Amino acid sequence: MTGRKIFKQLLSNPLSLSGLILITLFIIVALFAPIIAPPPERARDPYDIPRLGYFSEPQPPSAEAKMGTTEGQYDIFYGIVWGTRTAFRVGLICTGATLVIGLLLGTISAYYGGALDEVLMRIVEIFQAFPFLLAAITMSAVLQPKLGKGIWTPIVALVAFGWTTYARLIRGDVLTVKQREYVDAARVIGSSDLRIITRHILPNAIFPTMVVASMDIGTYVLAFAALSFLGVGVQWGYADWGQIISFARNWIPLLATYWYIIVFPGLAITLFVLAWNLVGDAFRDILDPRMRGAKGA
Amino acid sequence: MTRYIIRRILIMPIIVFGVSILIFSLLMLLSPVERVALYVSDIPHTANAVDRVIAKYGLDDPMHIQYWRWLVGQKDEDTGEIKGGILRGDLGWSHTAQMTVTEAIGQRFPPSAELALFSVIPMLGIGIWLGVQSALHHNKAIDQVLRAFSIVGYSLPTFVFGLVMLLIFYSLLGWFPPERLSFWAKAIVYSPSSGYTQYTHMFTIDALLNGRTDIFVDAIKHLVLPVIGLSYLNWALVLRVMRSSMLETLRQDYVTTARSKGLPEKLVINKHARQNALIPVATIGGLMFIGLLSGVVITETIYNLHGMGLLYADAALNLDIVTLLGLAMFNSLILIAGNLAVDIAYAIIDPRVRLTA
Repeated sequence: MTGRKIFKQLLSNPLSLSGLILITLFIIVALFAPIIAPPPERARDPYDIPRLGYFSEPQPPSAEAKMGTTEGQYDIFYGIVWGTRTAFRVGLICTGATLVIGLLLGTISAYYGGALDEVLMRIVEIFQAFPFLLAAITMSAVLQPKLGKGIWTPIVALVAFGWTTYARLIRGDVLTVKQREYVDAARVIGSSDLRIITRHILPNAIFPTMVVASMDIGTYVLAFAALSFLGVGVQWGYADWGQIISFARNWIPLLATYWYIIVFPGLAITLFVLAWNLVGDAFRDILDPRMRGAKGA
Repeated sequence: MTRYIIRRILIMPIIVFGVSILIFSLLMLLSPVERVALYVSDIPHTANAVDRVIAKYGLDDPMHIQYWRWLVGQKDEDTGEIKGGILRGDLGWSHTAQMTVTEAIGQRFPPSAELALFSVIPMLGIGIWLGVQSALHHNKAIDQVLRAFSIVGYSLPTFVFGLVMLLIFYSLLGWFPPERLSFWAKAIVYSPSSGYTQYTHMFTIDALLNGRTDIFVDAIKHLVLPVIGLSYLNWALVLRVMRSSMLETLRQDYVTTARSKGLPEKLVINKHARQNALIPVATIGGLMFIGLLSGVVITETIYNLHGMGLLYADAALNLDIVTLLGLAMFNSLILIAGNLAVDIAYAIIDPRVRLTA
C-alpha cells in the first residue's frame, strides 16, 4: 500500500482524522512557543518556568497567569506551552534512539541467525524480565548522581529499556523477508551482506515497525511524565507536564478548590498521548490485511 | 508440548543469571565512593574513612570478584559474621523503609497483592464483555464508541486519571478517601490491646477473619477508587485483544458450520466463538495480574497505599539504590516465574501451540 493511499484512509476515518488534527495543533504550539508564551527577558533557559512570586498556595487563573499558578507560583500556562516542546523532544529522541538500536540488533540477529541470534534474543529476554516503568525508575535513580537532574537522565533510562520491543519486531520482519527469492538472487550475483541488508531486506522489512515506532511517541512521553511525576525526572520548575502535575500531589484534599493545577496540565498530556494513539490504532487496522473489509457477525 | 515446556524451564536459570548480572551492572555504574555512601549511615569524620571502607569491602576489586561477593556474601574480618549475599536472601538495608529489604518486601507485598486480587476481576470480566460487544457490532456505532472509550482509557496517564478521580470523589463529594483505612479502623487494627490479629496483612481478609464487618466495609471503601482506576486503564488492552481475537474466530469455518447447522446465534457465539477467542485474553490476563503483583507505583503513590509500589517510589525519590535494586530483583523473579506459568498454561490450553512446538 502506498503512502498516499494510507494517508487518504487516515483522513477518511473520524477517529484518526481527529488524531491528526490534534497532532498538528500541538506542532503549532511547539513551533510558536516563544510567541504564545514569551520567556521573560534575561531568562537563563526558556524551559525554566517563570515564577510570579514565592507564595506557597496555588492561585486561580488571572490576567497574569492565564491558567493559574501552582504552589510556589509557577505559571501553569507557560509550563504547558513550553512543555509541548519538551514532549516532542523527548518523544522523538526516545523513539529515534530505541529504533536505531532495535534496528541494528534485530537485523544482525535475524540475518546471521544461529548462536548470535540465540545470544541476542536471550539478552532481549533478560531486559524484558524487568517491568518497564520500574526499570526506568531504577535506571534514572542510578544515573542521577552521574548526569544530574534534567531531561537527559530519564531519556537515557527509557531508551536503555525501551529498545527490546523493536529488536524483536524487526527480527521477525527480517526473518520473513530473508526467505524471499530476490534476496537469494542478490546473494547469487555476489552482493555483500551490507548491501543485501540495506538495499533489499530493510526497505521491505522495516515499514510495519516504523509505523509501530512512530506511535510510541505518546507512550514515551507518558513514561517520561511518570518519571517526572515521581521525582526522578527533570529538575524543579522545568517546563514538563509530569513535573507540573506532580505539584498537585501536595493538595489532594483541596483539589476541588485548586482544580486548575491538575485539569489544565492533565488535559495537555492526555490529548497529546490520545492523538498519537488515535492515529496509531487506525494505522494498525489499515496495515492488518485481515481486518480490511472484514465483516463480523 | 513436553519438549517446549522443558526448553522453557531450561532457559529460565539462564535468564535469572542474566537478570542478576544486569542488576549488578546497574550497581556498578556507581563509583566505589558512591557505593560507600549507599551503605554507611553517617558522615565520616576522618579524612581517609571512606578509603578504609572501600579497602575493607574491596569495592574497587575486579568486577567478577565483586559479583561473586554480591551473590554469596562476605565475611566481616572484625566480627567473623557473614554479611550480604543475595543468594542468602540478604538484599541489604533499606534506608527508606528503615528495615532490611527482605523484611520490607514481606511487609509491603500483601497490600499490593490485595489490590491486584480486587482489580483483576472487573478488569478482565468487564474488559472481555466489552470486547465481545465491540466484535459483534463490528464497524457499527457501538464498536466505534467502545473503541474511542478504550483509546481514551489507554491514553489517560494513571496519575492524571487518579488525581481527577480524587478531585471528584474525595475532595468534592467526600465519598472515597485515599489510604487503606480510616482513622478509627486503623486505631483498632494497629492497637495491641484490641484483640485484633493481622493474619495476612490484607485488610479485607483480616477483617473477615476477625469477624469485623465494619472494618471490612471500610477497607473496601478505600479500594474502590484504585480498583476503578486500574481497571479502566487496562480495559483498553483487554478490549482490543478480545475484539480482534473474537473477529478472527467468527470468521473460522467451524463457526460457519455451526451457523449452517441452524444453531441459534446466541449458542454459536457463547459456545463456539467466545470460548476459543478467550485464549489470547487468558495470556494477557495472566501477565497483567503478574504486573499488578509487583506493585503499581503510580496508583499506590496517588492513593497513599503502603504497598511495594509506594516503597519503590519513595526509594527512587531518596535515590535509595539498595532498596530499588532489591525490589527490582524480587519483581523480575516474579515476572520470570509468572511468564513461565502463563506460557505453560498457554501450551496446555491451545492445541495449536502444542502441535507446532
